[in-house]
This record gives sequence, structure tokens and C-alpha cells, in this order.
Amino acid sequence: MAEKKFTGVAARMTPRRGRDLTLSCAAIAAILLFTHFAMQGFILDAYLVRILNMCATYAILGLSMNLVNGFTGLFSLGQAGFMAVGAYVTTILFLSPEAKGALFYLKPMEPFLQAIQLPFWLSLLVAGLVSALAAFLIGFPCLRLRGDYLAIATLGFSEIIRVLFTNMQTVTNGAVGLKGIPPVVNLWWSFGIMALVIVFIRRLMRTSYGRAFKAIRDDEVAAESMGISLFKHKMMSFVLSGFIAGLGGGLIASIVGSINPLQFRFILSYDILMIVVLGGMGSVSGTVVAAFLITAAKEWLRWLDNGFSLGLFRVPAIAGMRMVVFSVLLMLVILFYRQGLSGGKEFSWQALIDFLGKPARRDLKREEGGKKT
Amino acid sequence: MSILRCENLVMRFGGVTAVDDFSPHVDPGEIVAVIGPNGAGKTTAFNMITGVYKPASGRVFLEQDGQVTMRDITGMRPDRVAALGIARTFQNIRLFKSQTVLENVLIACHVRVRSGLFGAEISWPRYYLEERAMRERAMALLERVGLQDAAGEMATSLPYGKQRRLEIARALATQPKLLLLDEPAAGMNPKETEDLTRFVYDLRGQMNLAVLMIEHHMQIVMDISDRIYVLDYGRTIAQGTAAAVQANPAVIEAYLGVEEA
Repeated sequence: MAEKKFTGVAARMTPRRGRDLTLSCAAIAAILLFTHFAMQGFILDAYLVRILNMCATYAILGLSMNLVNGFTGLFSLGQAGFMAVGAYVTTILFLSPEAKGALFYLKPMEPFLQAIQLPFWLSLLVAGLVSALAAFLIGFPCLRLRGDYLAIATLGFSEIIRVLFTNMQTVTNGAVGLKGIPPVVNLWWSFGIMALVIVFIRRLMRTSYGRAFKAIRDDEVAAESMGISLFKHKMMSFVLSGFIAGLGGGLIASIVGSINPLQFRFILSYDILMIVVLGGMGSVSGTVVAAFLITAAKEWLRWLDNGFSLGLFRVPAIAGMRMVVFSVLLMLVILFYRQGLSGGKEFSWQALIDFLGKPARRDLKREEGGKKT
Repeated sequence: MSILRCENLVMRFGGVTAVDDFSPHVDPGEIVAVIGPNGAGKTTAFNMITGVYKPASGRVFLEQDGQVTMRDITGMRPDRVAALGIARTFQNIRLFKSQTVLENVLIACHVRVRSGLFGAEISWPRYYLEERAMRERAMALLERVGLQDAAGEMATSLPYGKQRRLEIARALATQPKLLLLDEPAAGMNPKETEDLTRFVYDLRGQMNLAVLMIEHHMQIVMDISDRIYVLDYGRTIAQGTAAAVQANPAVIEAYLGVEEA
């Protein structure tokens, strides 16, 4: 008897795929349940929820940088600038006219901007679009540069954005910044947008355009000779990255509750770069894991800043002492794990099972060996 | 009418004239070879045709589909030239290193993709069909060069001869009218060279393609090329059929040196 022919999804279903799908569904269900209960205040207190929000937001920012630096092979350091655009646009659109009136006590705000008030999701979307527009304008002069020159130019532009915001008193309230942003961002927002960004980038990298990005990273000359317009594709990647960074900036504004230009110094770009390098250039799962590890560790290592005893002598309290840990970690990774923690690969259930199974199998072998003797 | 016609191409690097007054043309279905000693300016000429270098003077014309006049492509960006139908391989292999064999070919198919980025992202029906056609075409090309079983392997894990063949498959994936091969047989053993000769010869017949190639292996050049240009220090010292070029005293002088009296 002829075997039944499957089509569509069923045709591509092998036992391994079936298992992976089941595991993925289980993991997603677990995360959803966890988020649900966490939101009710059962498992986590407000402090932990805030840290998780930050973790997810940094994952979003890391992914936006990875799209340009990891997948397209451009060395861009402009992330802080796009975040600033995102954060300010979200806040200006989202705050109520009364709140804005109270904040702008040095000089009144532009009446048009003061009157405007949008729901949070729309503010965030507009923030992403304005950020993408900024990336488009910056990309025009910058993306003709290569390597280190691009890094310097994008860094410069992100500082220009910050200085502009400091001086646009009637739009951004200058150096005073904006305060009292309602904390609407909860775990659903941060994890939801993170999930969307992950799916977006994973899918993108499987399309023809994603392959073109990776081709540019591997060999610009060959890519151009195969008909890939370097400028057009670099611009696509840069603008998408700007959009995502804008979303991240908007989320941060609501999580932190207040923004001012000093928050968006170029140091912030390095923080995100550290996540990308530690997680692995060109690895989505690596970036997410690194974002969670680093953001959580930054909180957990706060005790280092308060001074501690090393047995014989006492290390005095130095603000920022914990950053030394990350510097050392970064150096170790660059020396021994060039490809980052993920090794440049993506997460797969098979790899995890193999990894977890390794010690067990070793024990089994030892047992067998023991029996023989 | 020719597919490609170059008029008096000149390229200078500082004080050195790398290519001086080179005017090759390629007719439909022809295999044309460019030979010459090292440093004769052969690859420079390729780079001018494909837009990597802008010639100091001279013009490059490419046939246009369904039109009598030829299109001036002098100094056009390499990706535009590729889109118009000139594909090339590289003297020192330039595959996309972090990609599989199949992906290398798919990347070259990208130039013919009509769907936009967002259409691709959401797998819009038009893109879905394009992607499927692209994969079928890529697999067919891999089969042609005998790499269908290696489709999932990393491009750099292939042995040298296969990497060269993959480069040709990749170039063909852009659907060119004219294929430029830069030393396709470099580093190949005699068996591989023979296979390559046959492959290029068949290609012309089956894909309605013109080929312009740089090659040092005289056997290939003499076996399959319809015409030959001989360059020496950037100048064209001879051109014509294989037999005519072989008998030309200037060519013998350039290759073997002149006997001291």
C-alpha cells in the first residue's frame, strides 16, 4: 500500500522537529504563565520586575545593534543617539499637556507639542519612526565610510543629537530633562516587544535581504559584484536598527520615569556594544542571554561599589567599581571566546540537550569502564 | 552585434599605466580569452569592465535587451553592472565565508528579487514564490557544477577545486549575458582543468552565454577560445584566433624573451 503523502507543515515534520516544537511551546507557555503571575505580584516584587523590564529592554537594544554590527558587519556606535530620539519622542507625545506645562518652567513648551497627547503604543510607534528617520539622515553621509571611520562618524552624530536635545529648550526642556513619565511599561510590554523584535530579526535573516546583509559582512567586494547595492542594503539595516533602538529608548523612558540628555552619552552605546560582543556578533539568542546576564549582574554587583574586605585590607567604596568586573569579563571573552558566549551560533534544543546530557553520558561511560575491569 | 564592446580603455595607477588602449569586444556565444604575463593588466581590465575601477579614459558598452543601440556602462557601480548582466569570478576566490554552499548561490540570486524587504519579512505570496524559484534555480546550478551533495556544507570547507566551481555557479546565479572568469583553472590539477574546460565549453552552448576569461593554462585557452587577446605591460600586442596568436612573433617574444644576437 502506498504511504500517505503529507503536504504543507506535516511534510516537514520530523520527530526532531516535533520535539523541538513541543519544547518551544512549553517554554513559551512557561514564560507566559510566569509573566502572568509576576504581574499579579505573586513571585516578584516591584524591584525585580523593574530589573526584568530593563533586561528585556537591553535585549531589544542589543538586538538593534547586532543587526548593524553583527549581521551587516558595520561598526556603528550611534545607538545612544537613536535611543535618545526614541525616549524623547515617546515622552513628549505621551505626557499630558498639564504635566508638560508644569515641567517647562524655564521656558514654555512649543504650544503645538504641549497640546499633543497620544496613547503609549502610538507614542512608541512614532518614536520608532522618528528614530528611523534620524538613522536615515545620519546614514546618508556616514554609510559611505568604512570600518573605524564609520564608528567615529556615528559616535559623533549621536553626540550631536544629545547636544541638540540639551539646547532645544522649548522642545525637550534642555538639560533639566523630563520627569514623571507614567510607568506604563510592564512585563507584557517589555517582553512582548522583545519577542516581536526577536521574531522580526530571525525571520529577516532567513530572507533574501538577510542573506544580502550577511554577504556584505563577509565580503563587500564580492557582494557588490554579485549585484548587491552596498549603500541600499546598509541603509536598510541601519534604518531598521534605528527604529528598534527608538523603541528601546521609549521603553527605557517609561521604566526609568525621567530622562535627561546626560543619560544618553556615548558610554551607553558601549554598554550595548558590550552585550553584543559578549553574546556573540550575529547571534540573536546570544544577545538576549548576554543582555539578561549583564543587566542582572549590574544590579547584583552593586555591593562592590560599597567597598568590601579582601581579608588583609579593605577596598574603599568607589562608585563604579562593579564596572571593573565587566571590563575584565570583556577582556576574557575577547581573548578566549572571540565569537562570544554563544559562539556565533543560535540557540537550539538539540544543542541544549547535548550540553545537559554530556555529564550524564560521561558518568555512563565511566560506569561501563568500571564494569570491564 | 557584440554583447560587450570596449573602446580604448586606459587605466593609470600613479605613474604606471596598467592598461593602455585596450579595446576588446565579445560577440554572442563567443569564448574570448585574455592572456599575458603576470602584471600585464588583465585583471585591471576586468575591474574596469565590471565597474570596480573607473577607467582613466575609454568607454565600455553593453548590449541592451531588445534594443539596437548599446548601453554605455563606463564607471557604473559594480552592483549595477551585475544587474545589467555581467557576472564575474575572482582570481583569489572570494566566497561568502560564513555561509553554506547553497546560501552563496542564493545570495547571487538576490539581484533578481523584485519583492521588497517587508514583503520578504512577512513571506508575502509574491516573495514566497520568488524564494522557492530561487532555491530551485540555485539547486539546479549546484547540480550543474556537481556540488548538489555539498549544498548544506560551509563554503570554506570545500576543497579548492570545488570552491572555484562554486564561484562559477554563484556568478551564473545572477543570470548574466556575459561571464567573466578570472583564472578559473588556477591551482587545479590536470583532471580538474579538463573538466573545467568541458564545463565552460558546454556552458556557452546550453546557456546562451558569452565568456571572457583570463587564463594562464594554454591548453584551455587554445582548446576552447574563439579569439584571444594578448596583453603585455598593458598594451595589446596581438589578437586573433588561437593559431594566429601562437604564430605571432610578438607573443613569443613576450612569453619567452627575445634571443640576444
